[in-house]
Amino acid sequence: MTASPVPIRSNKKPPVAKIMTLSVPPKTGSPRRFPQWLTSLAAHVVPPVITLVFLLVLWEILCSSPTSSVPPPTRVVSETWELIAHPFYVGQGVDQGLFWHILASLKRVALGYCLAAVAGIALGTLVGQSEWAMRGLDPIFQVLRTVPPLAWLPLSLAAFKDGNPSAIFVIFITAIWPIIINTAVGIRNIPQDYQNVARVLRLNQFEYFTKIMIPAAAPYIFTGLRIGIGLSWLAIVAAEMLIGGVGIGFFIWDAWNSSRISDIILALIYVGIVGYLLDRAIAFIARAVTRNTASA
Amino acid sequence: MSKPYLSLEQIDMVFSRGGTSTQVLNQVSLNVEKGEFISIIGHSGCGKSTLLNIVAGLTQATRGVVFLEGNVVDTPGPDRAVVFQNHSLLPWLTVYENVKLAVDKVFSSSKSRVERHEWTMRNLELVQMVHARDKRPSEVSGGMKQRVGIARALAMEPKVLLLDEPFGALDALTRAHLQDQVMQIHTELANTVLMITHDVDEAVLLSDRIVMMTNGPSARIGEILDVPLDRPRRRIELAADATYIRCRSSVLKFLYERHRLVEAA
Repeated sequence: MTASPVPIRSNKKPPVAKIMTLSVPPKTGSPRRFPQWLTSLAAHVVPPVITLVFLLVLWEILCSSPTSSVPPPTRVVSETWELIAHPFYVGQGVDQGLFWHILASLKRVALGYCLAAVAGIALGTLVGQSEWAMRGLDPIFQVLRTVPPLAWLPLSLAAFKDGNPSAIFVIFITAIWPIIINTAVGIRNIPQDYQNVARVLRLNQFEYFTKIMIPAAAPYIFTGLRIGIGLSWLAIVAAEMLIGGVGIGFFIWDAWNSSRISDIILALIYVGIVGYLLDRAIAFIARAVTRNTASA
Repeated sequence: MSKPYLSLEQIDMVFSRGGTSTQVLNQVSLNVEKGEFISIIGHSGCGKSTLLNIVAGLTQATRGVVFLEGNVVDTPGPDRAVVFQNHSLLPWLTVYENVKLAVDKVFSSSKSRVERHEWTMRNLELVQMVHARDKRPSEVSGGMKQRVGIARALAMEPKVLLLDEPFGALDALTRAHLQDQVMQIHTELANTVLMITHDVDEAVLLSDRIVMMTNGPSARIGEILDVPLDRPRRRIELAADATYIRCRSSVLKFLYERHRLVEAA
């Protein structure tokens, strides 16, 4: 089949193939009136919108009786219009716009989560790389990770004697376990081939860490980081209910104490949306960093 | 008699696991001259990859020594660059960066930044992969990945180039094309090459000598065949060449008559 050895550098131009154009018969029946992106956008947006409208209508019908303990959507909007319209309102003490509550919660999450990411990746690397560190630390991690986040709160309140650092600590201790465990798995699963490449090239410890270990484990690390951010956001609402102060968790608790059910519903929607955005943000960073090159 | 360039002296390899030990290689000795192209052929499981890993320094021989230019080899290093069977490119780096990583490491002190870039490009040119320099391994074909693997190995300017069944995972046409390129590179650069293969035609076409291994366990070198064919070799002309046919049939006889692989039950 194959001809003579192919020269390494050839000046010969390859034979040019003649290009034939085939005419495509026009499709009949479904003329394309919309541009492609519009149809694909519609395909993604229309189904959830239909579901949402259906659920809202159902909710409206089920809670339409004046004696219903849960307000229907129309009443939620009318009762919380002040909050929706003025998210940046600044008042006395905890009487703040919802934006400031969410921002306060996000600040706590950001701090606790960043600490957890740094410590988690470091510990995960240690456990993934060293057989002895794994034997020593893994059983402890496995026990501690099952402790519910809020169970740490009294202990941290006792230690820090203040609400804010305690909440941050709860976020930290909640988010760290999946980060540690996924990082360790990622490091342990680095293919032997990459290690052989590193050995042939005689990469030193530092070069191996930055050029092979971290990129090879990155997809796993980001899985851990994504689980971690989700858990952090779950934990902050619960923790803030107990510590008080400005924060979306305490806002919900406060609303319950003053029987403002509509405020609670609005806050839940905001919490859900922010949680979703946090998850998407981490997923976006993961894609940007690993450049979709998890495998060859 | 002068010392050989690369010599394997009485290599024994025993794998022990859980109290049972298996002898994989038994008293393997081989001398390789500078610029020689040696193929090691044998049935699967005969320990030929283990032998290559020992020369690479990735595996420690149980007994015996490997000398390269008079120095004992016991750790891996860029002077014995390996082209791995499954290419082993780093998927998060581009084609260029994969080769550059090796160049930067090996020539960190001896070449300037610009020289390292030029050297990387030279080696990509050698395997005709310049056009795909900014692609990632997942975006190029299997044959191209293997070419980048070869470029990365060549870029280290190894004293010995170790090829571990480099064309095993490729289709027949791509394989033939790459074999031609490797022959061409060998002619240009006169590298010393040690290649593992289980393809008889490939072994005869490329090698100066073919080392035939007996079946494992306890495999040893059964026979070494000289391939006295002139270079450059052209596969079409060789198909009818008497020497080629004689070499080919003697390897086939060794593999399929005298050392047929007996299937274990």
